[in-house]
Amino acid sequence: MKCDVCEKEATVFLTQIINGQMTTVNLCEECSRAKGVTEETGFGLAEAFLTPSQRAEEAMEVVCEACGFTASQLKKIGRMGCPECYTAFRDGLDGLLRNMHKGTRHVGKRPGAVSAAATQVTPRRRATAAAHHEPPPALAAPPPADVNKLRAELELAVKEERYEDAAKLKTEIERLQAEAPGK
Amino acid sequence: MMRFATLIKNPADWMKGTGPHSEIVMTSRVRLARNLRGFPFPGFSQERQRIDLMEQARPVVESLPEMRDGYSEEYSNLSKIRKQVLVERHLVSREHAARSSGCAVVVDRKQSISIMVNEEDHFRIQGIRPGLSLHSAYDLVDRVDSEMSAMLPFAFDAKLGYLTACPTNLGTGMRASVMLHLPALVLTEQINPVIKAVGKIGLAVRGLYGEGTEALGNLFQISNQHTLGESEPEIIAQIEKVIEGVVRSEQTARAKLKEDHQTMLLDQVGRAYAVLSHAHILSSKEALNLLSMLRLGADLDLVGNCDRSLLDMLLLEIQPAHLQLAASRELSPEDRDSMRAEITRARLQSIPGPGNFPPLPPPLGDSPPSSHDE
Repeated sequence: MKCDVCEKEATVFLTQIINGQMTTVNLCEECSRAKGVTEETGFGLAEAFLTPSQRAEEAMEVVCEACGFTASQLKKIGRMGCPECYTAFRDGLDGLLRNMHKGTRHVGKRPGAVSAAATQVTPRRRATAAAHHEPPPALAAPPPADVNKLRAELELAVKEERYEDAAKLKTEIERLQAEAPGK
Repeated sequence: MMRFATLIKNPADWMKGTGPHSEIVMTSRVRLARNLRGFPFPGFSQERQRIDLMEQARPVVESLPEMRDGYSEEYSNLSKIRKQVLVERHLVSREHAARSSGCAVVVDRKQSISIMVNEEDHFRIQGIRPGLSLHSAYDLVDRVDSEMSAMLPFAFDAKLGYLTACPTNLGTGMRASVMLHLPALVLTEQINPVIKAVGKIGLAVRGLYGEGTEALGNLFQISNQHTLGESEPEIIAQIEKVIEGVVRSEQTARAKLKEDHQTMLLDQVGRAYAVLSHAHILSSKEALNLLSMLRLGADLDLVGNCDRSLLDMLLLEIQPAHLQLAASRELSPEDRDSMRAEITRARLQSIPGPGNFPPLPPPLGDSPPSSHDE
């Protein structure tokens, strides 16, 4: 069998499941090293060998323009491809994060903070701190639109028959609404 | 920079057996996950990209004031055994050690700070302190992080915080974890309710070697799972509060053992000492469990003159990669077991035996024992 890249005799055969399809790549010793296939841990490297038609298939779904990572890859491995993926896959992210964390908004340290003391500002006091020296634009208080956003997510969850998610979202909406007048 | 042998020859700062609650809390560790803008995460990048990133970032990391005279190496130059030694010293993760080209580690000379390049994230900055001192471990990594962020463009989002390969690390990118020695809670069978209670608060409990491993040697790691929606000091304060509760339970259980089950306790400690100081074959599991009993005995003043840091050093020395490093070759499991026993016997020579246990009632019989007979 010949190497898919340079036509030399292939000695490394890499099989990976991508988007539910088995992809086999045949490589010679040199090309496998060049592509990093022979590393001790398998990085998702079959990506490098996708044919144009496979790429076209991928184009049907949401893809991160910066790195080419796809929504189905995210679903499968639960990790992002690059920092920009968080923008590309922002839809539905809040629901995922709500299950994972205490909140969906970062309240800790920010790059450029001089010392730990600066991170001790609690979210409620942050508005005043921002007036003094922190860069303000991104620091505005969480928008009250949270509930509306959740409702949209709930609708989507029902449409996609993800009832478990829907139930969680419903509880969350009720909780937020119950809390809202007090705030 | 420092050589590998020099780094490993010296005990790390945290092995000295000091620090708050060090009779129960072995170490406090804090790690921050950081990534560079514009680079794919290591798990989705090509080898060439990882090597490029490492070549650009490693000199920056080496230039940090904390890393002066430290140790720095890329993984393609490190043997499997050396990488494993770093894992056993808690300087790198098992996941990181399994990788090779494009990965590097930089460690400060006190082995308190280590920075992994191209782990699951581009950088994992870790600080480790003895005893219950998450605050001071956080101070270490906080300072390093601030210095690095002045030189490297970290990926950060106003709403989501530090962007990480796995959404479970998003926000602060911080994992704070504490290694606890809880023999009395295990002996009194109270450990499961404690683990359950800790889990309910949203903290994770793991064994010595991390996820899914057995709690060998009665060692448990407790760490936060949430990283988004709370600030670093809030997360640390919460864990410290929980740990203080666990420490109190362990203290109560120890007092109870000493009070109500002294014979059983002395028996366990005495047997541990006897086997450790005379065995010629010791598996890792047996050694860890017996050392745990001996440490408990030392903590409760049942073993005279027993230096706890000697036991903690021994715990490291008998790990598989440390043994193989000392032997300068790969060892079969059988060879490791006999070498482990040899080192353990040698180290325990400095600890007086069970003869130094607290005075027990005089033996039954009419003649009082002669005080010079022993």
